[in-house]
Amino acid sequence: MEANTRSTGRLPAAFLTPGSSSFMDFLSEHQPEILPGNRQLPPTQGVIEAPHGTTIVATTFPGGVVLAGDRRATMGNVIAQRDIEKVFPADEYSAVGIAGTAGLAVEMVKLFQLELEHFEKVEGATLSLEGKANRLSTMIRSNLAMAMQGLAVVPLFAGYDVDREKGRIFSYDVTGGRSEEHGYASTGSGSIFARGAMKKLYRDDLTEQQATTLVIQALYDAADDDSATGGPDVARRIYPIVTVITEDGFRRLTDEESSEIARAILERRLEQPDGPRAALL
Amino acid sequence: MSTPFYVSPQQAMADRAEYARKGIARGRSLVVLQFADGIVFVGENPSRALHKFSEIYDRIGFAAAGKYNEYENLRIGGVRYADLRGYTYDRDDVTARGLANVYAQTLGTIFSSAAEKPYEVELVVAEVGETPEGDQIYRLPHDGSIVDEHGSVAVGGNAEQISTYLDQRHQDGMTLAEALKLAVQSLSRDTNGSEREIPAERLEVAVLDRTRPQQRKFKRIVGRELSRLLEAAGASTAGEAGSAEDEGSDDEK
Repeated sequence: MEANTRSTGRLPAAFLTPGSSSFMDFLSEHQPEILPGNRQLPPTQGVIEAPHGTTIVATTFPGGVVLAGDRRATMGNVIAQRDIEKVFPADEYSAVGIAGTAGLAVEMVKLFQLELEHFEKVEGATLSLEGKANRLSTMIRSNLAMAMQGLAVVPLFAGYDVDREKGRIFSYDVTGGRSEEHGYASTGSGSIFARGAMKKLYRDDLTEQQATTLVIQALYDAADDDSATGGPDVARRIYPIVTVITEDGFRRLTDEESSEIARAILERRLEQPDGPRAALL
Repeated sequence: MSTPFYVSPQQAMADRAEYARKGIARGRSLVVLQFADGIVFVGENPSRALHKFSEIYDRIGFAAAGKYNEYENLRIGGVRYADLRGYTYDRDDVTARGLANVYAQTLGTIFSSAAEKPYEVELVVAEVGETPEGDQIYRLPHDGSIVDEHGSVAVGGNAEQISTYLDQRHQDGMTLAEALKLAVQSLSRDTNGSEREIPAERLEVAVLDRTRPQQRKFKRIVGRELSRLLEAAGASTAGEAGSAEDEGSDDEK
């Protein structure tokens, strides 16, 4: 009963031991060293410089939820990447957008996707949306040691709750604290500006089309005031990633669709740089 | 302490093999067939919740006949193996061949170890390729041997008889409805040659469909979709050629 996964011999005993349906639980018993949270950290002085992802926004509409992110990654005052992807499908009915240390965040998303898929395959049923949100909480908490050294990951989780038949948004803090947001939410360095924009534009009877426009308006405003957030890059044809989750499942807008919305917004901003106005009273 | 009787290794192995075969024969048989767009798994299963077929990874499916707790254990082991491998390397590095090898080693070790009782299971591991030529089907009997199959394969108690029936009738490039119909026909033949009816609600059907846009190609066919496919298969017999009906049998979405 040798425990060796790398050779092609017999399945090690741990693989055939009845246990939890969680891939992370399996890993922490069988190969704890490859879990991100269990990594030994060298003592460091000051903050480690690594690319950071910035603004993620989400809004609900009757029938679903929209999650979107800009494309910029920064390292200090340098733009590290212009076309980074920060919004990912978690499974068929949910998506996760990440702000914070890009490398760790992408790894966390990969593990989170695997965790949900593993559970689904082993149990033959999917986790509830609440269950998925809690699982993400646990993963952020396991990253706390690194977050204390400046390598924080702060995701925004959105999904369609098939039981309640509506879109829901969950936001997190670095300690894994989770809170459900109503209507709209944002995270990352440009989030305060994005939230301001959404606060003025959000209504609870938006159509899907209006909701996707709203998130791009908010990202535009975030990029307008936050240097770490990238606006639509018309010259390079790099547009925000916009995803829509409804009862039909996860869908990412094509480049044509998101560029069309972004261009329409840009057109309007040429005349009105501060964007649409809410009524004074 | 009394001296144990001498049993020759040949006899010991033959006894163990017979024990495993008898166990497997108690369960119902199942068949795995290639069709134009992928691989279809068909079996008689009165349970809605305890599956004989399941997804292991993106393009890899699993089917098992025999003792439920034993193959369920192997299935979960396979899912863990595939997920761990995909996580450490890449999703493309998880292959049916690799998985079949691990299963063969596992079953083989258990079969020849005197300390354990042999597993009463027979497995099929199938991977759908980009084209029908890329499809792989491996059959893994209880003793850890491994057989590379093409076209169609049957496992379980009645496997030999069903395989012969399938081998004579299976053709490349069948539609899903045609393959499903052939599978159901082969399963409804009893050992004595007489036919019986298997109602749709007792059928468990799943496909690995290469035309699915998602990365994960495994899909269960249940409820209305299943009855629609079975009807399409029935209609095509009535109309003899029935190529018009096949239009509807193709998987939507």
